[in-house]
Amino acid sequence: MNLSPKTLAAYAAILVCGIVAPFLFPNYTFQLAMLWIMILFALTWDTMGGQMGYNSLGNIFFFGAGMYICAVVQIAWAGYDVAEYTAHFGAVKIEVTYAQYYGGLMVGLILAALGCVLFAIVFGHIVFGLRGPYFAIGTLGVALAAGELVGTWDYVGGGGGITVPFYPGEPDARSLLYYFLCFPLAIATFSFLKWLYSTRFGLAINAIRDDEEKAEGMGIHTLRYKTIAWASSAFFLGISGGIFGNMVGFVEPLEVAFPTVTFGIFMVVMALLGGKGTLWGPVLGATVFHIIKETTWTYMLGWQWVALGALIIINIVFFQQGILGWAQEKWPERFGIKVEGDDSGREAG
Amino acid sequence: MLDNLLILTAVPVLNVQLLLDGLFIGAIFALAAYGLALVWGVMNVKNLAQGDFVMMGGYIAFVMSKMGIHPIFGLPVAIVLMFAFGWIVYRLIISRVIGRDMFTSLLATFGLAILLQQVLNLIFGPEVQTAESGFEIRSILGGMVTVADIKFISFLLTAVLAAIVVTFMKFSRMGQAIRATAQDARAAKVMGIDTDRVYAFTYALNAAICGAAGVLIAMIWVLQPFFGLAYSIRCFVIVTAAGLGNLPGVIMAGLGLGAFEQFGGFILGAEFQQAIVVGMLVLVLLIRQFQQGRQRQAVV
Repeated sequence: MNLSPKTLAAYAAILVCGIVAPFLFPNYTFQLAMLWIMILFALTWDTMGGQMGYNSLGNIFFFGAGMYICAVVQIAWAGYDVAEYTAHFGAVKIEVTYAQYYGGLMVGLILAALGCVLFAIVFGHIVFGLRGPYFAIGTLGVALAAGELVGTWDYVGGGGGITVPFYPGEPDARSLLYYFLCFPLAIATFSFLKWLYSTRFGLAINAIRDDEEKAEGMGIHTLRYKTIAWASSAFFLGISGGIFGNMVGFVEPLEVAFPTVTFGIFMVVMALLGGKGTLWGPVLGATVFHIIKETTWTYMLGWQWVALGALIIINIVFFQQGILGWAQEKWPERFGIKVEGDDSGREAG
Repeated sequence: MLDNLLILTAVPVLNVQLLLDGLFIGAIFALAAYGLALVWGVMNVKNLAQGDFVMMGGYIAFVMSKMGIHPIFGLPVAIVLMFAFGWIVYRLIISRVIGRDMFTSLLATFGLAILLQQVLNLIFGPEVQTAESGFEIRSILGGMVTVADIKFISFLLTAVLAAIVVTFMKFSRMGQAIRATAQDARAAKVMGIDTDRVYAFTYALNAAICGAAGVLIAMIWVLQPFFGLAYSIRCFVIVTAAGLGNLPGVIMAGLGLGAFEQFGGFILGAEFQQAIVVGMLVLVLLIRQFQQGRQRQAVV
């Protein structure tokens, strides 16, 4: 890839900002880490919703699945019996050394990613026959069902949840550790998707979005492409879930692991706000949304959820192209889009 | 789980109790689902705010019972208020999403659902409420089966409401216009039907049907601001299982779902109630997909 010096400088600036931010604002490390997770949410949703035209309302499933896999692996790695541990509802304190902690975390995250890819492949074969609104409702159903079923599964603590092993060091070091897991993960997601969209694969999933029947007619094995796209979303979402579970320190089915009407719908809103089907749109949308949310949320005294509903409606009904889509319409030449048949042609004639 | 199954076989009268409760509640599901099928069939809008309209109707009855009026009189009030509300929602939101891609209407109504449930939560709080009807509870079959009078009355009211709506759709001028628009909106327009007004009326009628269903739910079951989504999903399950424009199918699927939930909840335990509803959704979509998969040619 050959990038112009200007673009390269912009990327370098973002990297530097990302690295120094937690040291400049040490009190906001958690919120900053959340920003990167939000960007990851919007990006992975957009792979399906924006680039491939499969609007999933249930991507949060992989987030929760990754969280539970990682938590269970960490507890088992520390040498505790998971069923016995959850039966005591946090009465047992897990003592771990640094080596145990990092080992468990690493293995947990890897298995979370792989587990989610496996889930994506299995569920992909089930839900990808559903089109349009049926797909959206079907995936919503999968995510809701997962939350309800995990809530009745005693092995992972049921509705009471499960406490992950606590970091053995200082709290500040812990939040920095998780910041520096979230940040590279979001960068990796972005870079991977940027590369993916520039390949033949990107063209194929765009073809599926534009006309699936024709894409199939042109010899694209649509199910395989759809499954790979979903699996790559699931891979990153699974890791982010594992990290988030450790950031919160406590995994619970409905509010933390499978929050369908908060994080699950945030993903969609952020991607739509920024402009779906573009690479930078979700990043921009997530940043704007997260900043607005963090600065105004606590002052709205319960009305924030009403505002969220209103935002979704206004966004989808009046402003569906998103910020980036709007900018592309306004200044098409800056995005390298050639406009034909406008005033300049008339002047020449 | 096995214990509960054994109870059912040991005391067969319990089956009657579960079946009756299931049918009583299922009839109301069918009523709300018919509203969804109407909007879906006529306007091609998948209304995810369906369950929240039901909850709104329920809270109207709840407020009336708090004011000392019998909640059953909430039925006409809810129908009128929800009809007006549906008309306003159509003018503000739905009229702008008709004819756009299907995800737009789905997500717009999902946003509406979130907005409504949160407003209800702010006004009434997250507690589980019910509108006391004050009717007697009868025992039949030697005291083993109890039937509250209100359940029986609500069942009758549901049947009457359904009959009114069906008659309206068949014989009235507006009903004919709605059916014509559903068949071919463009042809209907050419024939001089104001399709925009038909859409507004259809959506408002749906909201009124949901409001009526909500009043009945408030009297025989419970209300909670966040239960709306479960009702939306139930409506989807029923409509997807029955197919559009299949009234007997909707009634059968509604009654079946009601009974299935009661038995499932009894056998698996009450904590599985929501999981059963969502599980049914996934199951129905799967069956539908297998049916369609047979018609499609595979690409190798």
